[in-house]
Amino acid sequence: MNDETLIAFEGLTKVYGEGSAMVRALAGVDLIIRRGEFVAIMGPSGSGKSTAMNILGCLDTPSSGRYLFAGVDVTRLDRTQRALLRRNYLGFVFQGYNLLARTSAVENVELPLVYRGMPRAERRRRADEALHLVGLAGREHHKPSELSGGQQQRVAIARAIVADPHVLLADEPTGNLDTARSREIMDLLKRLNAERGLTIIMVTHEPGMAEFAHRTLRFVDGRIETPLMAETV
Amino acid sequence: MLWEALKLAIQSVSRNPLRSVLTLLGIVIGVAAVIAMVTIGDGTTRKVEADLSKLGSNMLVARPGRNVFGPGGNSDSRAFKERDVAALRNGLSHVRAIAPVSSRAATIVSGAQNYSTTVNGTDSDFFIAQDWDFESGRPFSEGEVRSGSAVCVIGQTIKTVLFGPLDPLGERLRIGNVSCSVVGVLTGKGQSAMGTDQDNTVIIPLRAFQRRISGSTNISTLYIAVAEKEQITEVQAMAERILREQRRVVPGQDDDFSVRDMTQIISAMTSTTSLMTALLGAVAAVSLLVGGIGVMNIMLVSVTERTREIGIRLAIGALEGQVLLQFLVEAFVLALLGGVIGIALGLAIAGLAAYGMQIPFAPSASIIALSFAFSGAIGVVFGFFPARRAARLDPIEALRHE
Ligand SMILES: Nc1ncnc2c1ncn2[C@@H]1O[C@H](COP(=O)(O)OP(=O)(O)OP(=O)(O)O)[C@@H](O)[C@H]1O
Ligand SMILES: [Mg+2]
Repeated sequence: MNDETLIAFEGLTKVYGEGSAMVRALAGVDLIIRRGEFVAIMGPSGSGKSTAMNILGCLDTPSSGRYLFAGVDVTRLDRTQRALLRRNYLGFVFQGYNLLARTSAVENVELPLVYRGMPRAERRRRADEALHLVGLAGREHHKPSELSGGQQQRVAIARAIVADPHVLLADEPTGNLDTARSREIMDLLKRLNAERGLTIIMVTHEPGMAEFAHRTLRFVDGRIETPLMAETV
Repeated sequence: MLWEALKLAIQSVSRNPLRSVLTLLGIVIGVAAVIAMVTIGDGTTRKVEADLSKLGSNMLVARPGRNVFGPGGNSDSRAFKERDVAALRNGLSHVRAIAPVSSRAATIVSGAQNYSTTVNGTDSDFFIAQDWDFESGRPFSEGEVRSGSAVCVIGQTIKTVLFGPLDPLGERLRIGNVSCSVVGVLTGKGQSAMGTDQDNTVIIPLRAFQRRISGSTNISTLYIAVAEKEQITEVQAMAERILREQRRVVPGQDDDFSVRDMTQIISAMTSTTSLMTALLGAVAAVSLLVGGIGVMNIMLVSVTERTREIGIRLAIGALEGQVLLQFLVEAFVLALLGGVIGIALGLAIAGLAAYGMQIPFAPSASIIALSFAFSGAIGVVFGFFPARRAARLDPIEALRHE
């Protein structure tokens, strides 16, 4: 295993249901992602992209195979240890925005810090900083319902990066946005990747968006189609 | 974190004020019932105490029988006799008056009027011991006491009922078939603590009572008025020693009489309210159980409604324990709110009752604090199951929830 290797799947499978209702969402996936990479995941609907992302994000556990994060076998961790891993190393941007309604942008962004027990003043400072970074300065006290789709998506990104994660997992971050808005988001991700060395794994349906990444993994029927390590940009 | 949880809890409770209040009805009713009943009970006790202390806080009362003033007392022991009174008068110091009393209910007749009253056979010390003043006339003379003359002193009620506006002094009235002449009229005292009319009384010399009414030399009660309040325990101990000697109670044997002061009598009487306390406890337990189940129910609803929110929180780094804490605090705040409303309602009811019943309004800080703490505890106990359910949610499932 390479020194730079941050994430590795080894023969990972995920099976839902039993008997005739059984679905193989992941049918033996091997992948390696290095620190600082920006990887796009593409593939038809139902090919297992979100399933893989959930496992990557320690939100879900595989049926078999190994998932190594910085050399640690995540499949052996218990629920609390996975929660701690998620909290300390991972940021997640969900397929829907999944912001708390009735809660202002800045409060949404500072939520991960609340659970880390950070003092209020510092929390607020870092949340403001993150919102500034995603270009939402001045919108801190708007509720999600008072923000556009692109703005909500940027709040979700701010929330994902506010705690300085090592890896940003983004499941269709531009799914509901027009091309101009999508490009803004992609520029933002690219900048975070370049300036902060943030490792980014992003699911997208649009080849135009995948072009922002260093390389693209194609999922088909629960497997990766592309060779393991394609050319790095 | 705790502060955040508290903030969230208050937000979530105030988001559905009507639902919160309806949920809390059980706790509100339980707490209000307890607070109201205890407060009214305390007020009544205070009123009784105040009335009794008017009767004389430095008064000792002796009766035959062990523990006669409290529950489970027996009074079939030998009565006191005149030599007991004499022994007390010889042996006790620091005493203002010692009054032997025997009494009986009787119908008194004067002219065409008759009335049922209590006849007390005693001597002139009685008026000193019980602080009676004379409106007109006089107490018994020594001669009348010694010979048991057919004379009597009457209370205000008797005067009004039997004689109206006329001067009763020198008039005759009949007690059963004993005729006596009125030598004194007492000033009015009004109702006693127990609600009986203290002025409905006829007092005759003890010997007259024994000879003509009861037909025995028994004395049922001794009133001992102590000169200074500080001396009361000393006098009480001395009186007990003298009576033990008189009645030949050997050391180690239980006394067959009781000597108590007013505060002891009050506490003996108030201790008979244990049934009331049990009833109160039952009411409280049932309604608090109902209240607790209400809290549990609404918390389960709340957890289901907010499944998605919980999923988000878990996904972005909340630990199980933190989600558990959040919902526990919410249940706690909810139940505490019920407690506060219940306390306010209970005090309001007690205040109205105090006004209506003319008793002092006596809210007790300790019972309020207890109700407050207890309702909070209800929240924690019944909130635990829903909170644990929230904390154990699978983040993926929760996020998919609509
Ligand atoms: N909780 C579940 N229970 C049963 N089957 C599931 C569950 N989650 C996913 N699946 C199945 O697993 C397969 C992969 O689903 P997944 O959500 O990973 O697809 P996807 O690639 O993200 O699709 P899309 O592009 O539409 O988001 C699908 O066939 C789906 O029906
Ligand atoms: Mg998907």
